[in-house]
Amino acid sequence: MDSFYIRTDNLTVGYHGVPLIRDIGIRLDRGQILTLIGPNGAGKSTILKSISRQLSLLGGTVYLDGADIREITDKALSKKLSVVMTERIRPELMTCGDVVSAGRYPYTGRLGILSDHDREVVYASMKMVHALELRDCDFTQISDGQRQRVLLAKALCQEPEIIVLDEPTSFLDIKHKLELLTLLKTMVREKKLAIILSLHELDLAQKISDIVVCVHGDKIEKMGTPEEIFTSDYIRSLYGMTNGSYNTDFGCLEMEAPRGEPQVFVIGGNGSGIATYRRLVRQGIPFAAGVLHENDVDYEVAKTLAVSVISEKPFEPIGEQAYQKALETARRCREIVCCVKEFGTANEKNKELYAALQKVT
Amino acid sequence: MERRSYKRYCLTFILLGLFLLALLFANINSGSIHLTLKEVFAILMQKRGEETAYNIVWEIRLPRILAAVILGGALSVSGFLLQTFFNNPIAGPFVLGISSGAKLVVSLVMIFLLSRGLLASSQILILAAFAGAMISMGFILLISGKVRGMSMLVISGVMIGYICSAITDFVVTFADDSNIVNLHNWSLGSFSGMSWDNVRVMAAVVFVTLAITFLMSKPIGAYQLGEVYARNMGVNIRLFRVQLILLSSVLSACVTAFAGPISFVGIAVPHLIKSMLKTAKPILVIPACFLGGAVFCLFCDMIARTVFAPTELSISSVTAIFGAPVVIYAMCAKASRREKM
Repeated sequence: MDSFYIRTDNLTVGYHGVPLIRDIGIRLDRGQILTLIGPNGAGKSTILKSISRQLSLLGGTVYLDGADIREITDKALSKKLSVVMTERIRPELMTCGDVVSAGRYPYTGRLGILSDHDREVVYASMKMVHALELRDCDFTQISDGQRQRVLLAKALCQEPEIIVLDEPTSFLDIKHKLELLTLLKTMVREKKLAIILSLHELDLAQKISDIVVCVHGDKIEKMGTPEEIFTSDYIRSLYGMTNGSYNTDFGCLEMEAPRGEPQVFVIGGNGSGIATYRRLVRQGIPFAAGVLHENDVDYEVAKTLAVSVISEKPFEPIGEQAYQKALETARRCREIVCCVKEFGTANEKNKELYAALQKVT
Repeated sequence: MERRSYKRYCLTFILLGLFLLALLFANINSGSIHLTLKEVFAILMQKRGEETAYNIVWEIRLPRILAAVILGGALSVSGFLLQTFFNNPIAGPFVLGISSGAKLVVSLVMIFLLSRGLLASSQILILAAFAGAMISMGFILLISGKVRGMSMLVISGVMIGYICSAITDFVVTFADDSNIVNLHNWSLGSFSGMSWDNVRVMAAVVFVTLAITFLMSKPIGAYQLGEVYARNMGVNIRLFRVQLILLSSVLSACVTAFAGPISFVGIAVPHLIKSMLKTAKPILVIPACFLGGAVFCLFCDMIARTVFAPTELSISSVTAIFGAPVVIYAMCAKASRREKM
């Protein structure tokens, strides 16, 4: 028996008896974050709902702390696992404090009256998510970001060992996305929680996850650390991207580059060219970039956006061969743009190149 | 803040209690025979007084008043349960056609028994009404599974109500019996003609049901956060939904069995109570709804029998006049709240 906190064996999930995803084998320890990524409709929510016993399993087993979740009582499960789901709730006349207090349900008596200890837990949970000032606000009147924090406090109030969150960052702006994920990290560290969530933001998934699970088709296509999962080619195929690309190092999307004969030659380096590359792509003008060192940030972007890139090996001064090639390519362009302001020994040839090209025109 | 809410809760309950007491006395005292406060006390407490007055108070007015209190309370609690169940502020036993379904089956049973020269007992009436309520409820559940949106649900309920009412009118019109006059009165809704036997049976049914409902305040509160969260907090949703349906149906069936269909109480009272308490916590709302329903029905019944005395209005006409505006207001408030989001 392995010691993972949550483990699924040959899990099959789906709706109304129709299997959607088969053979799911997830393993997660406390103090770790597992993120599900994958295209829309891949079944991330279905997996999360099945793990949290909102949906009945179609096959296989989920073990929580060594016990089959089908054999755990409702009450015991609610003390171990809490959820934050995407369903929008609009409870009538409930303050945020009331919503958070509802998380104490498994701990209160027959009539659900809060004890002093319950109140302390509610207070501490709201404090942890920085939502104390919302205590007396009507839950339906607060913003999306605040709502997610309150629901997180409610989930914390159940004093769970694992929290399952379905796309907790949807509808949030970047500040609130970051805030929420930072909170999750803090919770994992301080309370030694296990967290399973689904995310659409690959850049964030890459940064907060200990384990990334890729849902594609009817199976888990890949599972591993962010370093193993996040390669541009794999992400392209996972999401079936046909135009544009995803840069895993920068965690950003690039538009599809215009094709054809390059019309503009951009001399870049040291990050100076990126803005120009993107402007040209936006305007639909095919361009060539050079001469870039292969360890330059510009090179990473130019590789996906430019029609051709003339490059030099890292840390080497630009050599004659690259220089000639750049000259040749640039002469066929109708416009030369030099973004570089400072020249040193390594890129001295770029200065030369620009001067030579100016003479011609 | 918390202290302020407690104050509000206490104030609401005290206010409702005072209203109830005032209306109880007003009702005992209103009618064709006027009594002084002293006489009423003498009749009620010491069980003595002038014979006619004594009989009127004990045999006519008091059962009627108690029926209005018990059934009014039951009706508004039933409304609250249905609103929670469907997560819809304008759900209620009348709007969803549950009362009409109960009415239909009760009239069928009554006519059947009358044609054989029998009178229906309280228990049979309740059972018949419950069967009718469950049939309507079944239809509503079927429809609510297919269509989304609160207006569609209400429209289907109103339609079911019309169908049931039409059939009831049909059978009442063609049934030939002198007792049909009573049936006709009943099918419009009225608290008149209650016997002590009726009151005992309804009290037993309603109070037991209410006690169970009150003990379910905790899961009802969790359910207000939606099915997903309720389930996550350990509520057995399937069982809970069945319980809620049964409880609300028993309550509204009981009302219909004795007093016929009564409109709008089930929506208006919970709404008023929630805005008085400024909370929807079931543990407070359920008892307050009972008190509020009792007050509302006593008030409406008093108007029904005094305004055009000796002619009596049907109770539904009066509850509609006071209840319908509240319902419209509730709908508008909900709509504007949604817009703000």
